[in-house]
Amino acid sequence: MGKVNLIIDGKEIQAEQGDTILQAARRHNHYIPILCDHPALPPEGACRICLVEIEGQRALHPSCTYPVTEGMVVETNTERVRAARKFNLELLISDHPLDCMTCEATGNCLLQDLAYEYEVKEDVFHGTRHHFSVNDPNPFIQVDRNKCILCRRCVRACREINGVEAISVFYRGFNAYIGFGADSSMDNSPCEFCGSCVEVCPTGALWPKLSLGQGRSWEVEKVQTTCPYCGVGCQLVLEVKDNKIIKVDSAWEGPSNHGWTCVKGRFGYDFIQHADRLDKPRVRKYLLDGKQKPAASKRDHEKEGNPWQWVEVDWEVALGITAEKMNQTRDTYGADSMGFLTSAKCLNEENYLMNKLTRQVIGTNSIDHCARL
Amino acid sequence: MPVLKNINELEAVREKARAHKKDRENNKLSIILGMGTCGIAAGANEVAAAVREELDKFDLEAEIIHVGCIGMCHNEPLLDIQQPGGARITYTKVTPALVGKIFEKHLIKGEYSKRWIFGQIPGANGEIVEGLPTYDELPFYGKQVRIALRNCGLIDPENIEDYLASGGYGGLAKALFKMSPDDVIEEVKDSGLRGRGGAGFLTGLKWEFCRKAKGYPKYVICNADEGDPGAFMDRSVLEGDPHALLEGMIIAAYAIGAPEGYIYCRAEYPLAIERLKIAIRQAYEMGLMGKNILGSDFSFDLKIKEGAGAFVCGEETALIASIEGKRGEPRPRPPYPAVAGLWGKPTNVNNVKSYAITSQILTKGADWFSEIGTDKSPGTAVFALTGKIKNTGLIEVPMGISLREIIYDIGGGIPDKKEFKAVQTGGPLGGCLPVEALDTPVDFDSLTAAGATMGSGGMIVVDQETCMVEFARYFLTFASAESCGKCVPCRLGGQRLLEVLTRITSGDGTLEDLDEIERISKYMREGSLCALGQLTPGPVMASLRFFRAEYEAHVTEKFCEAGVCAGMFTYEIDADRCTGCGLCMKACPTKAIIGEKKVVHVIDQSQCIQCGACYDVCNLGAVLVKRKHELPVIEAAQGEGVI
Repeated sequence: MGKVNLIIDGKEIQAEQGDTILQAARRHNHYIPILCDHPALPPEGACRICLVEIEGQRALHPSCTYPVTEGMVVETNTERVRAARKFNLELLISDHPLDCMTCEATGNCLLQDLAYEYEVKEDVFHGTRHHFSVNDPNPFIQVDRNKCILCRRCVRACREINGVEAISVFYRGFNAYIGFGADSSMDNSPCEFCGSCVEVCPTGALWPKLSLGQGRSWEVEKVQTTCPYCGVGCQLVLEVKDNKIIKVDSAWEGPSNHGWTCVKGRFGYDFIQHADRLDKPRVRKYLLDGKQKPAASKRDHEKEGNPWQWVEVDWEVALGITAEKMNQTRDTYGADSMGFLTSAKCLNEENYLMNKLTRQVIGTNSIDHCARL
Repeated sequence: MPVLKNINELEAVREKARAHKKDRENNKLSIILGMGTCGIAAGANEVAAAVREELDKFDLEAEIIHVGCIGMCHNEPLLDIQQPGGARITYTKVTPALVGKIFEKHLIKGEYSKRWIFGQIPGANGEIVEGLPTYDELPFYGKQVRIALRNCGLIDPENIEDYLASGGYGGLAKALFKMSPDDVIEEVKDSGLRGRGGAGFLTGLKWEFCRKAKGYPKYVICNADEGDPGAFMDRSVLEGDPHALLEGMIIAAYAIGAPEGYIYCRAEYPLAIERLKIAIRQAYEMGLMGKNILGSDFSFDLKIKEGAGAFVCGEETALIASIEGKRGEPRPRPPYPAVAGLWGKPTNVNNVKSYAITSQILTKGADWFSEIGTDKSPGTAVFALTGKIKNTGLIEVPMGISLREIIYDIGGGIPDKKEFKAVQTGGPLGGCLPVEALDTPVDFDSLTAAGATMGSGGMIVVDQETCMVEFARYFLTFASAESCGKCVPCRLGGQRLLEVLTRITSGDGTLEDLDEIERISKYMREGSLCALGQLTPGPVMASLRFFRAEYEAHVTEKFCEAGVCAGMFTYEIDADRCTGCGLCMKACPTKAIIGEKKVVHVIDQSQCIQCGACYDVCNLGAVLVKRKHELPVIEAAQGEGVI
């Protein structure tokens, strides 16, 4: 790739051939505000916030789509440019709720940041506003079209990241809105709830239902981790507040997932703090007592003293009983009476050990793995 | 039809077609019917049925020829009679009942009733009927120069022989066998042809960009998504002379090196699509399209893509997205379609008229074309004349002609003794010009400098009864509803601008609103993604510029001088003009008019609902539009409304 020399705001910079002005500026940490662009998505040119002046061009052009050329002179922060941006922000605010004090996205909202930067305090047009009901019945994502600025990041994320195309724009002009499937609810669309749309939404229009009211962006600690669900090893960024996960973000640098996750990685974390979650092993009382399987029904197993009662023990006891029972079974019925199923949630090393246990310790080849199904 | 394998075979077929035509003109009676959409809407199908019936009745044998629109939409249905070796005589506003009478007079008695006859086109050997005006002598046609419309209304669009007889596909043959692709581009560049879609970009230069762009295959596309309200230029070419478009497209494809092309035509033009399909089939059958055209090395395939009715798909990148099966909305340029268009390949997009003109430039040469019109806008402009004008229809005039000549000479002026107020060019994204601008020459640059735009050819004339605020609001309603919604300034700016205009026309406007119009317009122009958003404020800006006093009257006095905006005017009867005829009294639905026969009438304002019924029926212009506060209060009228 060749190099291209251009001047941005009086500074000579070098860009790669094929760069847009925005990409070239970013290479040199030169700030140009924008709403509709996201580094993981192809440019759209929709929000008209990144407009810049290009020498020799009459109109303003969006820096996110305009390719650099040799000798180009670009001004990104003139009076003219700022006035055009402010006008566009005023338009967006004229059809956007002014409820930042209770909005989930506050502190993590690009529209809010730009309204602050350009001093857009209120609706100056006093015109018609949309009043969408916020009632998409899907279990994972709150869809608040009132907050949508139609930047179409979600549309592109669904198409480019997840490859599903469940999201698109419906109708035209002022009546345009983001919809799912054939203008249905999210759960009636091909949506797989990967949450990529939520991740890239620059406002509070798409928000995880699990995270509603859980905390603000400045209150959380961000922890990068590996998703525990399967063997792909997706990287996730957990938003943790008071030692509790309140939201899962994309880890764009994750080598195996580049920011993408599936529904489980993105939204399947509520088991962690769930009241029903076991955090210690349990065994049936009759096993602890060294007795045979009782003939009595399991119906009253929660009753004190019932042989079926679950009793909390430590790992040594639990594993001891398991090993003893496995030995007993193998000795009584033979190794091939037993089968082993391992999990994609386990690490490679753990699966390897399970294989050893099955074939060499127990002595059977009956082992399988859920990822094969 | 045989597959033509070389230029000689084409010329042989052309000679045969000409001989056939000559034979028909010399030896047969021809009945020619205008069967464009305009004619059919006016009743041409019924007239055609009557023609067949009457021919049987008079025991006459005739060839019935269906042609496209000849431009006189206000006179449809048209019926032309051409007797063997005679002139072609045009009857206008023909009804089925009239057909028999016309035949009896014309064909049996040999009389020409001037009451029904519009004019005549001289026969093949210049035969004319004494006493009847020829088309050239008539103001509607005399000032026209028809290039894009050269065959419209003259040939049968469903018969390729007619097109060949008129010299058709001669330009293509010349390009293929006597010129290199670069020669063709040079010829089009030399002609100075500017794109007839509205932007006026040099067609030859566009072709050159596309030819030089890297990528294969390349595509040529015809933009036939004509969506301006009141515009029907492209439709008439498609319906009246589809081969002219095909020939131009094949020439463009040869020049650019494109093996494939698309015609993007709106589905609301079923007749145009039907005739295009027939024309394409004929061209394939004769080897004028498809593999090895006329035996040359050049091959070209053409498909029709029907648009689903989105105005914005007339924007080239939206049009391309639509062909690709995507949501029809524009994307930022650059890259221009010439570099990355359909499926990301170099693509040339031109308007119907641009292609139709190209085939003539190739036939007759760049010099011929550039001598017509002005230096910077050579050639002709096609306009669909509509609105408050006597001769509505389709015209083609040399560039540089004044608006006045178009409106008063060709258009016949304003009907019903009303006054000209403004003319809108460039459709809903254009602008209006006032009476002072009537002498503006019609060309790309002069119209833009005057405050309007050339556009693709809509020309809407309005009279004193049009409120310019409401007029602008009408176009704005259209343009904002047709915004694709992709970019912020157009999606929300159009809506906000419309709200300001609505406020003014409903009497809630303020002087600050006029500044607000200018502010919104400025930023919409500056920041919108495509021409639709950039030009949406056009009509508003033009009308505010030229009719500012009318805007100010709306906001300061709450007065609409045109008598259009509800609640912002009232009617008064002019005592000097009123003869007391009683027509208005009868028309008034609320019995608000007080008076007796031959006594001046008076309107009881407490009962009047400003419906305009009295205004419309008064033949004397005695009902006047007045400011509300100017009126005397008629106290005695209460309770005495009925006389």
